[in-house]
Amino acid sequence: MGRYEFIPGVAIADLAFEVEAETLEELFTLSARALFEAMVELKDVRPVEEVKISLSAEKLDNLLFDYLAELVYQKDLEARVFSEFEVSISENGNFKLEGKAKGEKIDPAKQELKTDVKAITYHLFKLEKRDKGYYARVVLDT
Amino acid sequence: MKISEVEPCIWEIPPTEKPGMRVPARILATKELIDTMDEGVFNQVTNVACLPGIVKYALCMPDGHWGYGFPIGGVAAFDLKEGVISPGGIGFDINCGMRLLRTNLVLEEVEPVLEKLIDTLFYLVPAGVGCKGFLKLNKKEFAEAVKEGAPWAIRKGYGWPEDVQYIEQGGSLPEANPEKVSEKALGRGMEQLGTLGSGNHYLEVQVVKEENVFDWETAQKFGIEFPNQIVVMIHCGSRGFGHQVATDYLRVFEKAMPKYGITVIDRELGCAPFGSPEGQDYHQAMLCAANAAFANRQVIIHRIREAFEKVLGKSAEELGMHTVYDVAHNIAKIEEYEINGKPKKLLVHRKGATRSFGPGDADICPAYREVGQPVIVGGSMETGSYLLAGTKRAHELTFGSTLHGSGRTMSRTAAKKKVQGRALQEDMRRRGILVKTVSYAGLAEEAGMAYKDIATVVEAVHQIGISRKVARLKPIGNIKG
Repeated sequence: MGRYEFIPGVAIADLAFEVEAETLEELFTLSARALFEAMVELKDVRPVEEVKISLSAEKLDNLLFDYLAELVYQKDLEARVFSEFEVSISENGNFKLEGKAKGEKIDPAKQELKTDVKAITYHLFKLEKRDKGYYARVVLDT
Repeated sequence: MKISEVEPCIWEIPPTEKPGMRVPARILATKELIDTMDEGVFNQVTNVACLPGIVKYALCMPDGHWGYGFPIGGVAAFDLKEGVISPGGIGFDINCGMRLLRTNLVLEEVEPVLEKLIDTLFYLVPAGVGCKGFLKLNKKEFAEAVKEGAPWAIRKGYGWPEDVQYIEQGGSLPEANPEKVSEKALGRGMEQLGTLGSGNHYLEVQVVKEENVFDWETAQKFGIEFPNQIVVMIHCGSRGFGHQVATDYLRVFEKAMPKYGITVIDRELGCAPFGSPEGQDYHQAMLCAANAAFANRQVIIHRIREAFEKVLGKSAEELGMHTVYDVAHNIAKIEEYEINGKPKKLLVHRKGATRSFGPGDADICPAYREVGQPVIVGGSMETGSYLLAGTKRAHELTFGSTLHGSGRTMSRTAAKKKVQGRALQEDMRRRGILVKTVSYAGLAEEAGMAYKDIATVVEAVHQIGISRKVARLKPIGNIKG
């Protein structure tokens, strides 16, 4: 079972988290959960609307960056927050991601909102394969 | 890292301290501030000193702290031919900035209706995660808005024609070109004009206490005319539009750098030669985001005027709700400085730093030219903010720049562990500051204890002479996203 954790002291003005996961897919979906946990109490978000995400990138870490950046974009586009994520990742020269994010419209009356995320940063950004799976560290601009 | 005080409160790290440094790094701070600055500042400011075409020094202001790429508080000027442009030197929130409005009201008139006023402002100026504004624009209309900036908003009826005189560069940067902006960026931002956002962004009703005015003569030039006068301050930027422009070009630059033989120590310092197609495209897109922020603050002040009209029962004109000034603190601009005895145009990056042009500068509106431009410094919601004036010394020392705020000392995660949002709100109410927020967790993150003492950092810039104190502004009501 993978895990994610917010880490203090890495980026003073912003929010940082790290993720450990057994598979790449788990690494990506846990990162997405951490991203939205920064913005909203996840248990308050019902998975009633769905967006499809399709991306490709030249490197694996760029794929994670683009995936999280796409979710931040989707959040602003229709003022939605997400709580459930599915992805599949394949490699054929480039890395390719197909995924879904489920959530609902932002509603401060029904959801406990936290801090908006402006962007994903490359500051101390890391994705690496480890003995028992994968590790990622992400700093969010808030 | 070897660091020495070359002039009082100016600390220098020589280029010998890190491989690749092209110029020295300079940090402006008192001994007390430099001793408590986080390690990231020293590391990041010396990384900036490695960028191609940097002129004289990589600088950091006294409110500096660890950012990404540049430190927050970072200032660097680049040669237009040899130098680069870097989104990491501007920030994701392009043209995040401050606007100050004055009124002819005194505290005694506002106190009895403060609660209603804050509620009305909270309703009229949306804040918080993913908030949308009352303006429903399509992409074509939004592209017009970002090409033009604040004058667009005024043309549409959101503000007074006189407002543009009191905005840095008239609130309109002419080289903005919406063709260099992605469809995604336009789509993300087109319904967000007139919104505050979240994080450290706020709208604040403040009072000018007599004992907090340091220079009445300059204050009066800025329209701060009598004790207990009420003013309104906003801190916000270009919202999702600017964030998307920065994200898009960070990836463009990452791909372009090998082509120009540029390698950087930190991926957040991704850049391209200013004259290259990528550099020019980003410059024109970034200026669209800067205009979007000017338009955003313009629409917000229109809504603030409406709120005061509604609650006080008088027109905004009768209430004397004029713009004092509007400043950008995340931006890059072409400005002229004397280098080796000759005037030279440079691209000045300011990331968490404010322009601080001194008396006589042609870029300052005639009403303020004699005293220097107003510099608006946002503090934490508990400790208050400052109004300063620009100086000629800033032109000589810091490429016409000064501080932007108080600077964080504690991470958001750590602040939330120490402070509870609701308890903080109650405590602030007892101290005479009414706070309304979309998010109590967000409120806790912005507690005064998470920031440096603003009086100390302002004292530092005053002592160094890169801006001078005019007045301290005390909060009485605050809206947070």
